[in-house]
Amino acid sequence: MADLKTSFLGISSPNPFWLASAPPTDKAYNVNRAFEAGWGGAVWKTLGEDPHIVNVSGPRYSALHSNERRVIGFNNIELITDRPLQTNLDEMRQIKKDWPDRALVASVMLPMNEQTWARYLPMIEETGVDGFELNFGCPHGMSERGMGAAVGQVPEYIQMATEWAKKAASVPVIVKLTPNVTSILPPAKAALDGGADAVSLINTINSIMRVDYDSLTMYPTTDGMGTHGGYCGEAVKPIALNMVAEIARTKDTQSIPISGIGGITDWRDAVDFMALGASNVQVCTAAMVYGFKIIDDLVDGLNNFLEDKQLTLDELIGKAVPSVTDWQYLNLNYVEKAVIDQDLCIQCGRCHIVCEDTSHQAITNTVNGERHFEVIDAECVGCNLCVSVCPVAGCISMQQLTEGNDPRTGKPISGEKANWTTHPNNPMRKTD
Amino acid sequence: MSNAEHKPDIRGHRLDEDELARNFGDLHPPLTRADALIEADRCYFCYDAPCTTACPTGIDIPGFIQKIRSDNLRGSAHTILKENIMGGMCARVCPTEVLCEEACVRNTHEEKPVEIGLLQRYATDPIFDEQTPFFSRAPATGKKVAVIGGGPAGLSCAHRLATLGHEVVVFNRDNKPGGLNEYGIAAYKAIDDFAQKEADYILSIGGIELRNGETLGRDFTLNHLRESYDAVFIGIGLGSTNKLGLDDESLPGIDDAIDYIAELRQADDPGRLPVGRRVVVIGGGMTAIDIAVQSKRLGAEFVDLVYRRGPEQMGASLYEQNLAQTNGVTIHHWARPVELIGEDHITEIRFERTELDDSGRLVARAEYFELTADVVFKAIGQILDLSVLGADMTGLEFRHDRIVVNETGRTTLRDVWAGGDCVSGGDDLTVTAVQHGKLAAIDIDQHLRKK
Repeated sequence: MADLKTSFLGISSPNPFWLASAPPTDKAYNVNRAFEAGWGGAVWKTLGEDPHIVNVSGPRYSALHSNERRVIGFNNIELITDRPLQTNLDEMRQIKKDWPDRALVASVMLPMNEQTWARYLPMIEETGVDGFELNFGCPHGMSERGMGAAVGQVPEYIQMATEWAKKAASVPVIVKLTPNVTSILPPAKAALDGGADAVSLINTINSIMRVDYDSLTMYPTTDGMGTHGGYCGEAVKPIALNMVAEIARTKDTQSIPISGIGGITDWRDAVDFMALGASNVQVCTAAMVYGFKIIDDLVDGLNNFLEDKQLTLDELIGKAVPSVTDWQYLNLNYVEKAVIDQDLCIQCGRCHIVCEDTSHQAITNTVNGERHFEVIDAECVGCNLCVSVCPVAGCISMQQLTEGNDPRTGKPISGEKANWTTHPNNPMRKTD
Repeated sequence: MSNAEHKPDIRGHRLDEDELARNFGDLHPPLTRADALIEADRCYFCYDAPCTTACPTGIDIPGFIQKIRSDNLRGSAHTILKENIMGGMCARVCPTEVLCEEACVRNTHEEKPVEIGLLQRYATDPIFDEQTPFFSRAPATGKKVAVIGGGPAGLSCAHRLATLGHEVVVFNRDNKPGGLNEYGIAAYKAIDDFAQKEADYILSIGGIELRNGETLGRDFTLNHLRESYDAVFIGIGLGSTNKLGLDDESLPGIDDAIDYIAELRQADDPGRLPVGRRVVVIGGGMTAIDIAVQSKRLGAEFVDLVYRRGPEQMGASLYEQNLAQTNGVTIHHWARPVELIGEDHITEIRFERTELDDSGRLVARAEYFELTADVVFKAIGQILDLSVLGADMTGLEFRHDRIVVNETGRTTLRDVWAGGDCVSGGDDLTVTAVQHGKLAAIDIDQHLRKK
């Protein structure tokens, strides 16, 4: 059994899977059930000032479904906690007492003045929570009131509020970032400069799910009107992974620990986040779609993976970061060609038609009058489109050319690396 | 058992109403929307799709499935019906397991093709229920075409001719249109009067006059029609059935399967039909399976189906053979009937075992067995009744007693086309007959416009 015990900023939990601050962590009842199911920690649903906010009593969620009604993407317009602060604090205190081995972090969202932070944070810390997460991410509702993403989109505000939080708190402070920015690096750098102990990302993405095809209004609505929500679930994972990797590989930000969030559904998603630099992960949508029981596969799958790979959790963290670089550093002398395994091919022809219609006309449809799909090396640029659309896993693979000439360019395969920075076509190329 | 003691046990109402209703309900219940969406998602949307190639009418199958996936059901049905106006019936009766579904690329690794037939039914059912009009007629050409036969070939031809702007008269032997769709398909494959719904839909295009009860050779002749119409299409199917060629073939209790199937299809209450306790079916095609299974479902206690060759040679697909067996029919291969036994009613039938000799010919083995029977059904194929054509046959060419046509259905007479079961080289399938009618109509149209 691999050791999944995690210490993130000194906050220990039996596994790296925390529930993100969201409806699943709204109250003691839910968090108790989560901890009974085996979750390593929970970031309590975001606390705010009293009097507490109110939520709509209409649809708060909607989903992007596959035809099998599998939830691929998810959207919400729920705000922060809509219960009195004291109720939350009482319950948090009890939970921490009942579950001392689990991580309990308080998410907070407060207006932009220092006194408020100085007043609320000690009050919250007094419950025994292990840390704070500053919600600078929610893109709907609260951002209209100058909080959430409205803070997260301005690096100066992030730094300012982080400094206030650090002054008022004695436990670690995590800054939760919004993805609704052009680059994630300035906000991450601001959090670091403000003294944050870690960043967590991503929060949800501005989104409208669709229109109602009968009423031709947006969908869903509250009494005929709707508003953009925050998008999450499996569909957002690639966006989150890029932002995590950017922070992890950039000199200015790479020192800050990361809690990865965004579409984590099974253990492989956790491997993605951790290998790209996250020290632990937070989950919300998958739990909201399937219930807390998914923790079984998350823990078990990650454990088995680490055993198979003979890796410790610490060794996994950041393992893939060195493989992420800028386009300009990719080796332009490297050549791959697609190869179709004829024994596995089911003759659907998808590879042919997508290559023919949208790419490089590099896959046959007939050979000697017979239906036959085969890569034409002289046309194949190695783009991986056919691999991506082939319905049979493993049927088409990319194989490196290591010798001879590239039949497409006629140029000899070179073992030397050469990238855009020195390429003759690059007017800005570096010369020695 | 002594033959003398055997009295024929033939009666109706062997099963109670509920059981009959179950037995003659839908063989394959239609897909729900949820099922259809999941099944549609299984389609890979193949390039130059093998299923489409395998479809005798060339329906763009990935195209119509894609439209099911996007909830564009009307578009989906149109994609089907523009190639095959009987796409509703074909969804029910096509042996998809040897056509589109056999070609499905999903068979390669998982042996479970996309359920194309059921999806096709899902897409087209609402169109026939609501009689949604899809097709309109081209400007009138002033040409008049006679179609002999109101079955799949004739109706398909008539519909296409009408859309192309011609006036059509359909001469139909029966009291209702549809041919074997109405009279020859097992009841549980086309419930709720579907054949008539489909015929109504086809005729609703306009420009088609349906004359029921008018029989070639009795009420009119081919030459009459050639004189008064610009073109003639013959889609008369196969009028009569093959004989066993044994003595006493007219003994009571020995019936043609297709006659009984027709009677069953027209019966409001299947329980009314007398059915034997012991039924023996002779033949190996779809009709043999249909009569065997329906006999069982009417309450026959023992149904034996005897075929002179092996399972691979049966005209009925493996799927149909399995259907018979799971319905409790016993299939005997490699045996041929040699003697019909009975005084004033069939009581027993003797078979001789057969095999292939070294040169691959079917030969008898001089080994015998008997089966007791209250009823014997002959389902050994149909033949074209040439007598209906009478003297007008002059100029028509025949091969194996069927009419010779070219690839667009043209006969050797310059103004006569033919299609469906009555032409040479067909496979006796509804879907093929529909295609014959369609192709002939397109060729007739081109011919008439040139004139």
